[in-house]
Amino acid sequence: MKRTRSSFLATVTAASALLIALGGAQAEELRLLTWGGYAPDDVVAMFEEETGIDVQVTLSNNEEMIAKLRATDGGGFDLAQPSQDRIAGAQEEYGIYKPMDVSKINGDLFIASMLEGTKKNTAYDGEVYGVPHVWGTSGLVVDTKKAPEVKDYVDLCSDAVAGKVSYRLKRPTLIGFAFSMGMDPFAAYGDTAAYQTMMEKVGEKLIECKPNVKAYWTGGDALINLLRSGEVVAAMAWDTGGWKLNEENPDITFVAPASGALGWIDTFVLPAKTQNEEAAYKWINFVMQPEIAAKITASAGNFTASKGADAFAEEALKTRFQGSFPQEAIDNIKWYPPVPAGLEDIEGKILDRVQAS
Amino acid sequence: MSRRLGFYLLLAPLVVWLGALLIIPHIELLLTSLQVKVKPRVYEFGFGNYAAFFTEPLYWNTFARTALMSIAATALTLIVGFPISYYIAKLARGRSRAILFVLCLLPFWVSELVRTFGWMILLRETGVVSNTLQWLGLSSGPIEFLYNDAAIMVGLVYTSMLFMVVPLVTTLESLDDSYIEAGYDLGGNGFAVMREIVIPHAMPGIVTGCIVVFMLSLGNYLTPILLGGKDSLWFTEQIYAQFITRFNWEQGSAFGFLLLVLSSLIVWAGLKLTGQTLGQTVGRG
Repeated sequence: MKRTRSSFLATVTAASALLIALGGAQAEELRLLTWGGYAPDDVVAMFEEETGIDVQVTLSNNEEMIAKLRATDGGGFDLAQPSQDRIAGAQEEYGIYKPMDVSKINGDLFIASMLEGTKKNTAYDGEVYGVPHVWGTSGLVVDTKKAPEVKDYVDLCSDAVAGKVSYRLKRPTLIGFAFSMGMDPFAAYGDTAAYQTMMEKVGEKLIECKPNVKAYWTGGDALINLLRSGEVVAAMAWDTGGWKLNEENPDITFVAPASGALGWIDTFVLPAKTQNEEAAYKWINFVMQPEIAAKITASAGNFTASKGADAFAEEALKTRFQGSFPQEAIDNIKWYPPVPAGLEDIEGKILDRVQAS
Repeated sequence: MSRRLGFYLLLAPLVVWLGALLIIPHIELLLTSLQVKVKPRVYEFGFGNYAAFFTEPLYWNTFARTALMSIAATALTLIVGFPISYYIAKLARGRSRAILFVLCLLPFWVSELVRTFGWMILLRETGVVSNTLQWLGLSSGPIEFLYNDAAIMVGLVYTSMLFMVVPLVTTLESLDDSYIEAGYDLGGNGFAVMREIVIPHAMPGIVTGCIVVFMLSLGNYLTPILLGGKDSLWFTEQIYAQFITRFNWEQGSAFGFLLLVLSSLIVWAGLKLTGQTLGQTVGRG
C-alpha cells in the first residue's frame, strides 16, 4: 500500500513537472480552426521553424465552426476558416467574429479579383471580416460508364439510376436542385416569400426523388466508400471527392452539372476573442506564398486564392480539373452569395419535410 | 466531528460531479429552451420551442418512433440476454463460465464506432453477408441489409447486450440452486419453475437491465445514424440537427429537455405496469 502510494505520488510529481516544462517551452501558439487538409503537417512545421509559433490545428466543418465559436462567444481559437457565405449572417446573429485589419495582410499574394470579392461578401456593418483561402465547387460525382446520362442534379431522379444515388440532406442540395429546375435561388435570397415558394417546389421534387436515393450521405468518407464499391453510381458531392476516386478508378470523376457547379470559398476570419491576432496574420501571409499554397492544394485537393500557386501545382490535379471544368463550365460556376439570416430556418423546415416523407 | 468531516469529504466528489456535470448544465438547458428567437440577437421568454414539438408532427412522430424502437430493442435484448445469463450463472462452471463472461465483454474493448463499422462491413450490399449468400448460391444478386430499421435493431441489441447480461447474471447467481431443485421436487415442470421461481427472483436484474438498455438505446446517436436508412429518424439526430446544422440552440435545448422528461415518464410507466418500484429493483439489483 505504501509503495503504491509513493509511486503514485512520484508519477504525479513527474507529470506536473512535465506539464510545467511544456508550458514554459510553448512561448507562442496559434489555435487554428480549419478543414481537413488545409494545414498539412509539413506546412505547420515550416511555419514553426520560421516564426517559432506552434500551430494547434482543430479540424471541423462550417456548421461545427459556427457552433463552437457560438458556444464560447468567439473564444478558444485564434483563427478560423468558415466559407465566405457563412460569415456576415453568423456575425449578425451571434457576433462571433472580429473585423480584420486588411493592412496587415499582404494583398499582393492574393488573386486580386477573389480578394476583392471575398472582402465584399464578408463585409458587415462597414467592416471586412474575411479574406479568401481555398476555393472549390460541389456538383456531381458520376461513374461515367454506369451512369453516362447523369449531367445535371435532376438527372439523379431518373429511372436509369434508381436506388443507386446519394446526396446530402443539406442546403447545397436544395440550391443545386433549384438551379437544375430552372430557378435562381441566389436571386431570391433577398425575397423571403419568393424563396419560400421556390424551396417548397424543390422540397416536392426531393420527396418525389426519394425512392431513387440509396442513402443520404453525411460524411465524405462514407460517400467515397459507396461510390468506390459501386453501390452508388451518381452522387452530389465536392469536386475533390470525385478527383480522389478518379485516381483509383478512371471511370469515376467529378462532373460540373449543366446548370452550374456551386462554388464556395473558404476564408480566414478572426474569432471575436482571438488571443494571438499577430500570429494569425503571420499564418495568413505565410500560407498564401505560392509554394506553400501549392502544398496545401496538394493536401486538400482544391486550389487556393494565392497568386501564381498554379505554377507549383501537381500536373495530375490540373489535368483532372481541366477534365471536369472546360472554360464554359468555369464561367457557369454559381458562387454562393452571403446567406441572409433567417433563410436557413426555411430550408430547415423543407429538409425536415423531405426526411419525414 | 472527524467522522462527520470524513462523510462530507467523501460526499464532495459526488456533489461536484452531479452539480457540475448534471444539474448546472440542465438548468442552463432549461433556461435556453425557454428563449424564443424573435429576430437576430433578440430573444423573448416563452414556451414556443416546446409548442413546436407538439404542433409539428415530424418532431413527435420521430420521438414516438424512437421510443417504440427503443422499447422493442430492450425486449429483444432481454429475450436474447436472459438465456445467456442463465447459462452463465447457473449451468456453466469454473473456467468456461469466466470465458463466457469475457466473451460478452469482449466487444466492449473497442469503441462503439468500430463496432458499428463492423456491422456495416458485414451488412452492406458488397459486404460479407451478401457475398457469402451469393457464393452459396442462395441469392442471385447482391442484397442490401443496411440502411433499414432491422439493421438499427441489430446494432442496438448488440451494443447494449452487456448492460442486460451483467445485472441478470448478478441476480441469477444469488438464487440458491436448492430452490430450483425444490420446484422440480414439488412436481413443477421447467416452464413452471422458470415462471414461479427464477423470473420472480431475477426481476430486479430484469428491471435494472431494461432501464439501462432502454435509456442507452433512446440516447444512442451513432448506431441509428450509421446503420439507419433515409427513413430512419432518431430523436437524438433531431437534437444534433437543431444544435449544429440549424444553429437553433433554443429548439435543441427544448428537445433535449423533452427527451429527458418523456423518457423518465416511460420508465415510470413501465415500472407501474409491472408493479415494481425503483427502490426494490435497482437498489437490490
